[in-house]
Amino acid sequence: MQNHPVYTDTDPQSEYSTLNLGPTHPATHGVFQNVLQLDGERIVSGVSTIGYIHRAFEKIAEHRPFYQITPLTDRLNYCSSPINNMGWHMTVEKLLNITTPKRVDYMRIIIMELARIADHIICNGVLGVDTGAFTGFLYMMEYREEIYEIYEEICGSRLTTNIGRIGGFERNFNQIAFDKIRKFVKKFPPVLKEFEALFNRNRIFVDRTRGVAAVSAEGALSYSWSGPLLRAAGVDYDVRAMEPYSSYDEFDFEVPVGENGDVYNRFLVRNEEMWQSLRLIEQALDKIEKEPSDIFHADVPAFYLPPKEEVHNNMEALIYHFKIVMGEVETPTAEVYHSVEGANGELGFYLVNDGGRSPYRLHFRRPSFINYQMYAPMSRGMLLSDAIINMSSLNVIAGELDA
Amino acid sequence: MGKIANEELLKRLDENFAGKVTQTGADFGLLTVEIDPSVITEVLTFLETDAALQFIFLTDLTAIHYPELEKPIGVIYHLHSLTTNTRIRLKVFLSLDNLHIPTASTIWDGANWMERETYDFFGVIFDGHPDLRRILNVDDMTVFPMRKEYPLEDPNRVDKKDYFFGR
Repeated sequence: MQNHPVYTDTDPQSEYSTLNLGPTHPATHGVFQNVLQLDGERIVSGVSTIGYIHRAFEKIAEHRPFYQITPLTDRLNYCSSPINNMGWHMTVEKLLNITTPKRVDYMRIIIMELARIADHIICNGVLGVDTGAFTGFLYMMEYREEIYEIYEEICGSRLTTNIGRIGGFERNFNQIAFDKIRKFVKKFPPVLKEFEALFNRNRIFVDRTRGVAAVSAEGALSYSWSGPLLRAAGVDYDVRAMEPYSSYDEFDFEVPVGENGDVYNRFLVRNEEMWQSLRLIEQALDKIEKEPSDIFHADVPAFYLPPKEEVHNNMEALIYHFKIVMGEVETPTAEVYHSVEGANGELGFYLVNDGGRSPYRLHFRRPSFINYQMYAPMSRGMLLSDAIINMSSLNVIAGELDA
Repeated sequence: MGKIANEELLKRLDENFAGKVTQTGADFGLLTVEIDPSVITEVLTFLETDAALQFIFLTDLTAIHYPELEKPIGVIYHLHSLTTNTRIRLKVFLSLDNLHIPTASTIWDGANWMERETYDFFGVIFDGHPDLRRILNVDDMTVFPMRKEYPLEDPNRVDKKDYFFGR
């Protein structure tokens, strides 16, 4: 290991053992490594090594037209890929000055909040597993499956969704999709309630998580934390509320905030966010009914691929189809930064465009990457078992870590 | 507190760092200023500590490569003032024979890995960084792959030439 921090303890009696936590350890929930120096069960120092699944997305993106970058964003945080997809579409729409119809905004909110719930289900369920409670995880997993079935109904795929297009959606939500969403909104609250009853005042769970890995608001801000982790530390920063996108400003929801940023607070914040997401979905379902039901994309023929039947029978559609596929469309020369509230925090897209078909430079602000860098410093002096649950509550997703 | 107007922000920067700060754009309302490399730490510290501005959140730090410019490597900071909900973008351009810039990790702990990533992909050397080594690429890599001179794939392929992509 290069530049491994040398522990300068002068006590000759002390003997430290080295433990490789990862790269493929079940407790890391992803491919990344921590080399820990242990004094018994206590961590003396640690070094994080990441990059095991680095796929050079930023370089690839410089050679792909805008609409072909969406599948790359899927693979960032693959537990909630629709949020990444929507974030990317909105970045391009901001660059091209496209205003989406209200119905598209509401459809997007439904999908993004479902994705947030799916992500939090995994994170909080796995946190339960790591503290020794398998029941909650298995119980909740069924509902992630239901969310995946909703994705499947809308876009045909489950994990890497590639959902939506620049300007809207590739197709309208069908009746089955709406039925499934309504069924989910009705069936999930009692389950979430039971999940909370299982954990929130559970003596074993509370003893294992309360006060573990507490982070002050100043510390969290200095490490550029965002999302549930920052909110658990007591800072009410939520991109949905601060810089509303996709008509979030029309919705009524609360931003849950914790007190001391420990694992228990993060758990509670994530649970509460699931309740707020359900509220948002319900409101969006109501609002959608007041909009014309056949609108599912903006009128931007130069960027939104026309339906295939149109291409065969309509000259304009054929021209636009050709232009989009061959990259003949004009794009403005500009720089744009757009961020959305991903499941892990502020997911930002910094896009520099030079008028070409593909970005001149695209940078992803990946919340997992930025959140995770505090892991090694904060593990110092912690028990190994506490460090494990701290890692699951950080919800580090290897795809988002490495890009 | 409401959003700080771009003019006001620029005025404050001009008062304190006359001649070292130039506005280069305000695309989509986000003020972009170019900073002279000699004062970057001072500008960042000023923005972070000033009572009226309070840009306490380092959103993002990255770089960009313009091979045709005299100073081809640009380091780009995105700061966010959470109390006023204002963002600002700072750029510092460096020439290839002097890729040194002071680290921002003395101001924000979170800059540590962002700077390592920037070093890894562009070769920018952040002076004073506690642990500047590659982060995502393998340790024994010798090039900085996000620079434009490194092609993505086999350069003999003809179906993915840049002119097919509008440039």
